[in-house]
Amino acid sequence: MSNPQAPSYEPLGVGRAITMIAWREIVTRARSKAFIITTLMLLLGILGGGYTVSVLTDREPEPIAVVVDAQATATAVENAAEQTGTLVEVTTSSGDIEADLVDTDVAAHVAIEGQAVDVTVWQELDGGLAAMVAVLAQQVALDTAISDLGGDPAEVDAAVLGAAPAITPLDPEGAQEIDPSQSILGLITGILIFIGLMMTGQMVAQGVVEEKSSRVVELLLATVRPWHLITGKVLGIGALGLLQVALVGGAGAASAAMFGLLENSPVRMGSAVGWLVVWFVLGYAMYAFILGALASLVSRQEDVGSVISPVMVVLVIPYMVGVSIAPYDPDSSLVVGLSYVPLFSPILMPIRSAMGSVEMWELLVAVGASVVLIVLLAALAGAIYSRAIVRTGSRIPLREAFSQLRSS
Amino acid sequence: MALEIDGLTKSYGTLRALDGVSFTVRPGEIFGFVGSNGAGKTTTMRITLGVLDADAGQVRWRGAPLDLSARRHVGYMPEERGLYPSMKVGEQLVYLARLHGMSASAATQAMERWTARLGIAERRADEVQKLSLGNQQRVQLCAALVHEPQILVLDEPFSGLDPVAVDVMSTVLRERADAGVPVIFSSHQLELVERLCDRVGIIRAGQMVAVGTVDELRTGGAPRWRVDAPAAPPGWVETAVPGARIVRRLQTPDSLVVDVELPEGRDGQEILQAAIATGPVREFGPVRTPLTELFRHVVSTTTSEARSA
Repeated sequence: MSNPQAPSYEPLGVGRAITMIAWREIVTRARSKAFIITTLMLLLGILGGGYTVSVLTDREPEPIAVVVDAQATATAVENAAEQTGTLVEVTTSSGDIEADLVDTDVAAHVAIEGQAVDVTVWQELDGGLAAMVAVLAQQVALDTAISDLGGDPAEVDAAVLGAAPAITPLDPEGAQEIDPSQSILGLITGILIFIGLMMTGQMVAQGVVEEKSSRVVELLLATVRPWHLITGKVLGIGALGLLQVALVGGAGAASAAMFGLLENSPVRMGSAVGWLVVWFVLGYAMYAFILGALASLVSRQEDVGSVISPVMVVLVIPYMVGVSIAPYDPDSSLVVGLSYVPLFSPILMPIRSAMGSVEMWELLVAVGASVVLIVLLAALAGAIYSRAIVRTGSRIPLREAFSQLRSS
Repeated sequence: MALEIDGLTKSYGTLRALDGVSFTVRPGEIFGFVGSNGAGKTTTMRITLGVLDADAGQVRWRGAPLDLSARRHVGYMPEERGLYPSMKVGEQLVYLARLHGMSASAATQAMERWTARLGIAERRADEVQKLSLGNQQRVQLCAALVHEPQILVLDEPFSGLDPVAVDVMSTVLRERADAGVPVIFSSHQLELVERLCDRVGIIRAGQMVAVGTVDELRTGGAPRWRVDAPAAPPGWVETAVPGARIVRRLQTPDSLVVDVELPEGRDGQEILQAAIATGPVREFGPVRTPLTELFRHVVSTTTSEARSA
């Protein structure tokens, strides 16, 4: 037993107290199975998704095999295929049509007899060839007619192929084409930040109630102030969430680069991931303080859901707009308008950034508004939490928590 | 050097939970805090620990208000036991010790020492929720002791403990007090309080109704003597000492025990001599009023407005 007059401890600074509280959150949660599994699943989903997309888009269309009776027919078939955009592989017949078509890869045998185009198939014509053979028949008929009139079919064909209309757009900017890669990235960004905010927000709420329901808060408050406790908790869970979002965002960027998903795409991955991280931090700060304060009003884990559900609804609104409208119409006035609302910005702004449809000044305005809101929320949440956290028992009405706020 | 509770007042709405509660716990002293449920014990302790704010009054230690940095020297066992259920015993105790300002290595050493002392050393790596309630209680006591506090405030530390743990806990409290730590604990086990405490404070309806050593609390009542005189005839007590009265009588085939309350100024020897005159005397001695009875007496004198909070 040591002499009580000679304590073996140092005065604990505010910074160290908060750091220790935050560190406990990080360590105990990072070790939990739930966190490890969700992180691995998100990483696998992102990498697996990238791989799947690359396989799907890299696949060359299969040419349709066509057998012809003679070299002249081969040329005519290739011309017709080019005009109709059909991909064909042409070989010359062995002479026995039935023998040619026994090979199931061969879709049709084409022969030109004067003005007649004879197409022989095993059972029915491959749908992909319909347009090609129709154009071929017209071409042959046209060539015959030109020859009959004394013209040179080859010369006319060249003239026809070379003819192109002049297209003059009056508003070239207005018809901004959305690249599918933009839509996909916008969609993934929306889902990712929604999951991130939802998970971390719930962790904060449940963590607050865990301390309250297990009464350990009484032991903690004998040595630290309530605001140390809530700040440490919010920082710790936030750091962990940020790590998760950065990992998943980085994995997304890596998989895009690895599988060459963004070649020829207008998307700027670096800025998309960067803004994702910024908005996660801002969004997390807002929702964590609100949810932490609300959770402190109840004493039992079962009551967490009901007390935080209104906030979860607020979080779902920008998510619904963000994944159902923004990826296809990022300039819709609904998307743009809502993206300025501070509680909605953290989901809608990163989607707009991912799609490259937002100006820097817009981002700065939204960030500024969010920071102001965060400062207000932190002060309010700290006050509510401090009053409510030591009051166990039935749920404390929010009105009462507000009325108890005092300047101390 | 003492812990001074000075004029604490606290109301919950219209209910006055504490009404000028004052007492002092000196270094090296075990102070037993007793009172009915809802009398204000827990509220007093929570205010002492700063978990709750008082409306008026002050808690001082070494002459200065017990503020946040001084409270880090307090070991606290809340009435509602509280630990992180899913955190491991060892990690949790180290965390709590460090939160009180201990260095990592000192915290680890203290955790090892106290878990060994309280017989839960082999459970260090288990989650608290996996322990039996009795062992969770031991962890809770470790949590109150692990940062080597210089004041101990324990709310019902003995409730839920098995007899072995009660002995360990009693020994530990005595040791800490002997090391100069003021110890205050509340309990409904009054025999335990009587055995363990140097001084006792009785609170009723938010007011301290008695503070002092058990002996001091006894004074004021008339002296009582117990006599076993099997052959004594009825009425011998009143005949021997006018004004004396029998407060308790127990007759069996071979004994007749009476507790006699003597009027002020009379000596027990008079009763003894009168008893011997009646025949054999098997037992004679002063009756020490148990704390339980003192408590009932003190609390019941003004129970009319008894309340629950």
